[in-house]
Amino acid sequence: MNSDEQTSGISEPATPGDIAPARSTGSGQTTTTGDIRAGRQMLTGRSAQAALSLTSMTPSQLAWRKMKKNKLALLSSAVLIAMYVTAIFAQFVAPYDYQTQDIPSSFRPPIAVHWEPWPTVYDQTRRFDQYHFVIYNDDLTRPHQLKFFVHGVPYKLWEIFPTDIHLFGVAGTQKVYLLGTDQFGRDYLSRILFASQISLSVGLVGISLTLVLGLLVGGISGFYGGWIDDLIMRLCEVIMSVPDFYLLLALAAALPPTLPPLLVYFMIIGILSLIGFAGMARIVRGMVLSVREREYVEAARALGVSNFKIIVRHIIPSTYTFAIVTSTLAIPGYILAEASLSFLGLGIRDPMASWGNMLSAAEDLSSLEQRTWLLIPGALIFITTLTFNFLGDGLRDALDPKSR
Amino acid sequence: MLKYILRRLLLMIPLVIGITLISFFIMRLAPGDFLTQMAMDPRVKPGTVQRLRHVFGLDRPAYIQYLYWLRNVFTGNFGYSFAFKQPVFHLIGQYVLATLLLALTTLVFSYTVAIPMGVYAARRQNGLVDRLMSLIAFSGISLPGFFVALLAMLWAQKTGWLPIGGMESPGYELLSPTGKCLDIAEHLVLPTLVLGTRELAGTMRLMRGSLLDVMNENYVLAARARGLKEGVVIWRHAVRNAINPLITLFGYDLSGLLAGAALVEYVMVWPGLGRLLLNAVLSRDEYVVMGSFLMGAVLLIVGNLIADILLALTDPRIKLS
Repeated sequence: MNSDEQTSGISEPATPGDIAPARSTGSGQTTTTGDIRAGRQMLTGRSAQAALSLTSMTPSQLAWRKMKKNKLALLSSAVLIAMYVTAIFAQFVAPYDYQTQDIPSSFRPPIAVHWEPWPTVYDQTRRFDQYHFVIYNDDLTRPHQLKFFVHGVPYKLWEIFPTDIHLFGVAGTQKVYLLGTDQFGRDYLSRILFASQISLSVGLVGISLTLVLGLLVGGISGFYGGWIDDLIMRLCEVIMSVPDFYLLLALAAALPPTLPPLLVYFMIIGILSLIGFAGMARIVRGMVLSVREREYVEAARALGVSNFKIIVRHIIPSTYTFAIVTSTLAIPGYILAEASLSFLGLGIRDPMASWGNMLSAAEDLSSLEQRTWLLIPGALIFITTLTFNFLGDGLRDALDPKSR
Repeated sequence: MLKYILRRLLLMIPLVIGITLISFFIMRLAPGDFLTQMAMDPRVKPGTVQRLRHVFGLDRPAYIQYLYWLRNVFTGNFGYSFAFKQPVFHLIGQYVLATLLLALTTLVFSYTVAIPMGVYAARRQNGLVDRLMSLIAFSGISLPGFFVALLAMLWAQKTGWLPIGGMESPGYELLSPTGKCLDIAEHLVLPTLVLGTRELAGTMRLMRGSLLDVMNENYVLAARARGLKEGVVIWRHAVRNAINPLITLFGYDLSGLLAGAALVEYVMVWPGLGRLLLNAVLSRDEYVVMGSFLMGAVLLIVGNLIADILLALTDPRIKLS
């Protein structure tokens, strides 16, 4: 039932003076402050009997039990896992390369798939309508069956394994544009898939960097206090007093246009984390200040445990619950910020694809009505952020000891 | 109270100086300045660029430029916009007004809708409407603002019911004063709705959660025991206490509002501060960037201050000191 129990190798912090009954099972799971508090509440709670049946479970068991009831959060995590797995195998799933241009097929609408026993697409004839829009019609005399695991454009999976097998495609030179093409005739589906690698990873990498920075700086600030604390907190206040998007704009615009795309990607993440870390550091500092006064930290200090060990073994573990929930709920912010920047042309640049910069093609309102497939990346951004929000909300409910 | 406000305003000064330092530093990060583009123009004599550099003081060391700028700011001179060829102070004034107008309508719209919705959702917790509303709220939080703005523009274009972007119709100057107000109001509707949906979602969730917390308090029970009508219990006793976190969040909201507004302003061609900043950043119109930064920060800090004052006014337990 709780697979997380086995995979988590973090040993429980020694918490002298703590009588949380949850520890009685002796499992090797982290006990957070929140859980300890929950344990106390259970002991002094109104219905001691109900508490007794609950206390035979570890905090993670309790959390998992609550999580299982939240269908929306479970569904969201399934969708997210599917999206991330697809992104990891983007090169394989995408039928073509993301930068191969096919100018004659510029702005080609998504091709129709006919489900006549086996999925089939047809060659298309093209003509111009009175507004000079290209109209494509299926030529029913020339069918092409969709094949799976076909040989196509050669690539190196994760830059390691050379292969040319793609999930699907049609035999021969005929191309199949399932989601249409962009202005340069690049396959939209392939671009969306490659873009997902960037758009989805920005959130994870960004929040990790922010967490590390925030924990480190906030931890130092809270633990040492004095002038270090003052200096750091004043700096954080300055960063937080500027509307964050303004700061983001100015910093992103300062990136030289000659920067290689991969470096741009890391710089954007760096900028996002730099702006996000101020708030994180302040919260961590506050938590450290309150945890520092807890009995178990005092006990550890009395036992002669070194500062470093106190921070790593006693203080940081007590912030885990907070970190998990906050980061899940913060990821959408990073994804949205990257998308916004790229949309404005200040983030990921062409020919690299990100969902944000793909949407900037949709800015031409006069033709957008005919080219609605250009809006797909926006829908994907929405689905990603929505599922992260659902998951984060579910995690918060599950991990919050008060809601049990 | 007055003493508190005065002290807060004084504390603002070092903060604002820190912000100007940061914005100045950021502008120095990228090579070149506004005149670099001009220097590449073959129609401009090399001597002209040199002379202009000297006039604007761009050939001096960075810290001297900064100190000059700072001294001028204290005398009310925010510098001169290269691109717009007007004093920055005058220029920013118009844009700040447009942004403030949009922020104000958005806040009014989102709060007037969100508070009743949040109260309703809390009253029928876990009911069908509550679930539906929280679903809508989550969608609202997750929607990328610029994407909604794009969709809204597409809708406006298709139906023709509302103007497509901008703040004024062509021929605005010829309208009567009432006509001008109506024209701007018409242009305000769509950006307000786009920005408001996001605001609305968060505010509604907060109101719901806050009211749920309060409903368990003893004084609500006491009010009920006294036989007060349910409406009185909710609106007079519960909501008045539950509204505090909303006020606290108001200052924080302002930051998100300015950020969200920047993108919506860009897509919907609203002549606001965010749009101005974006253009200035791209054309390296240095003093406009620094002025916009300063203005944005002042708006944010003042917003926080107003939130604190409001909180003290609504909650007698909180003393400002």
